[in-house]
Amino acid sequence: MSAIEARDLRRRFGDGVEAVRGVELDVAEGEIYAFLGPNGAGKTTTVRMLTTLLRPTGGSARVAGHDVVAEPGRVRRAIGVALQEAALDPLMTGRELLHLQATLHRIPRREGRGRAEELLARVGLSDVADRRVGTYSGGMRRRLDLATALMHRPRVLFLDEPTTGLDPVSRKTIWDEVRRLNREGTTVFLTTQYLEEADQLADRVGIIARGRIVAEGTPQELKAQVGKPHLEIAIAGDGHERARAVLARYGRELPATDGRLLVELSDGASEVAPIVRALDESGIAVEALELVEPTLDDVFLAKTGEHLED
Amino acid sequence: MVEALLANARVVAALGARSIRQTFRRPQLAAPIVVFPSLLLAVQTGGAGRAVELPGFPEVAGFLDFMLAGAMIQSCLLAGNSGGIALALDLEQGFADRLFAAPVSRFAIVLGRLAGTAALGALSALYYVLIGLLFGVTFEEGLGGIALMVLWATLAAIAFGSLAAALALRTGTASVVQGMFPIIFVILFLSNAFFPAQLMLEPAATVAQYNPLSFVVDGIRDPVISAVSGEGAAKALLSIAGFAALGFCASALALRRRLRHG
Repeated sequence: MSAIEARDLRRRFGDGVEAVRGVELDVAEGEIYAFLGPNGAGKTTTVRMLTTLLRPTGGSARVAGHDVVAEPGRVRRAIGVALQEAALDPLMTGRELLHLQATLHRIPRREGRGRAEELLARVGLSDVADRRVGTYSGGMRRRLDLATALMHRPRVLFLDEPTTGLDPVSRKTIWDEVRRLNREGTTVFLTTQYLEEADQLADRVGIIARGRIVAEGTPQELKAQVGKPHLEIAIAGDGHERARAVLARYGRELPATDGRLLVELSDGASEVAPIVRALDESGIAVEALELVEPTLDDVFLAKTGEHLED
Repeated sequence: MVEALLANARVVAALGARSIRQTFRRPQLAAPIVVFPSLLLAVQTGGAGRAVELPGFPEVAGFLDFMLAGAMIQSCLLAGNSGGIALALDLEQGFADRLFAAPVSRFAIVLGRLAGTAALGALSALYYVLIGLLFGVTFEEGLGGIALMVLWATLAAIAFGSLAAALALRTGTASVVQGMFPIIFVILFLSNAFFPAQLMLEPAATVAQYNPLSFVVDGIRDPVISAVSGEGAAKALLSIAGFAALGFCASALALRRRLRHG
């Protein structure tokens, strides 16, 4: 059974704007699925429909086996949600917020308090649990938001842009926690506008642009669709022509840039070591060498004609 | 069924407690409930105390006896409005989504806010009773009368809170709900909250006479200055019920619309 499935999911707003235009999804249980797209692509609208916060105007969706329109209560019991920009009450303390979350999920008082302490420790906020959320840093807020989403041990976790605006250290902390949760069996559906986040975290990536999924697959599959990795080599001295002859044995030569040689690697990064050895054996001195792999931005560019990141 | 009701009751209590804490932690929510009515009470009692000597003014031991109900109803109206502002802030800041994504009745979320407003209405009523006792007000109906005043104030706070909640849910904008302050004062001054309707000039006198708020004020004032009558109590109850019916229906419709249309 899919943890999340959507068929021709659509959402049109009152002003006539169709933010989501026929999204198809199949997210397997235990998967980390990243929804990658720029601002305004329809990521948040899709998440809001999947989390029962917004009614679809067309199509259907099931989360944890339940229809989001016909069985919203069952969906809500099965999911954890951490929404964009950490929707937290700045006047509450971290501990109060977790206690409230336990009540909202019908967790008995004593059990809820125990679970709150466990989660505070897990996200490293025990020391500041009695401080008001308004005094927390962005990273702390995100970690608290994540902790609240985990209160009732959800089967499916929705994270809407979980690291937007965070510094690299806080971002890595969130990534580590997401990986840990996933190892524990939680299905994770996250939206992001960061290529690296999708690349690092996701088992599969769905690229969304203008309300439609334009590409889907593992990061490797998607990158493979737009080209093979290539090696960029700067040769020292006058070994240019001899180097070209050596490199021809390993792959197609690409137009050179800035005097450097470019060769496409049909078998990927595994060919780097043999190439270096072959150049060395031929007495060719290498000044610099760089393996350049296609990025998800290349995929985005190929599918939409635009760059995801400037 | 019973289990679900109990779970929702627990949610209402928890959200009510949050609402009270939020009010005391955010001065701009607490100030209107206590500071404005207290100031107005002090200024009017001090400055217009000789109004009791006007022909046709109700028989009272002092102007404060008359004014106390006005301060209470003003506080209840502002408590309701503060609750609406807080709800709108929850919507603006996205906190409401956290609540709506939980497996609880969505109306319980609104009721939680109103439970907090009710508690604030009761607390403010007790505060004005204390002010009255400190400054020599005679409560003609004794402790029973005080209990009735607190009850009316609590119910009125819920009713006014439901109207503010409807506006908050419909607009989702705190500044719009906050913009109700001047209208609240106009409605207050066009009732008998601060001056007897029979002594006002026309058309204010007629408006105040039929303003449902006047009946609620009378319900709160009667135990202080005279005696509780069945007719007065019925009028107060019906007026509060009317405000509440309007507020709850409008809230339910606004909530439904918000959840459908986003």
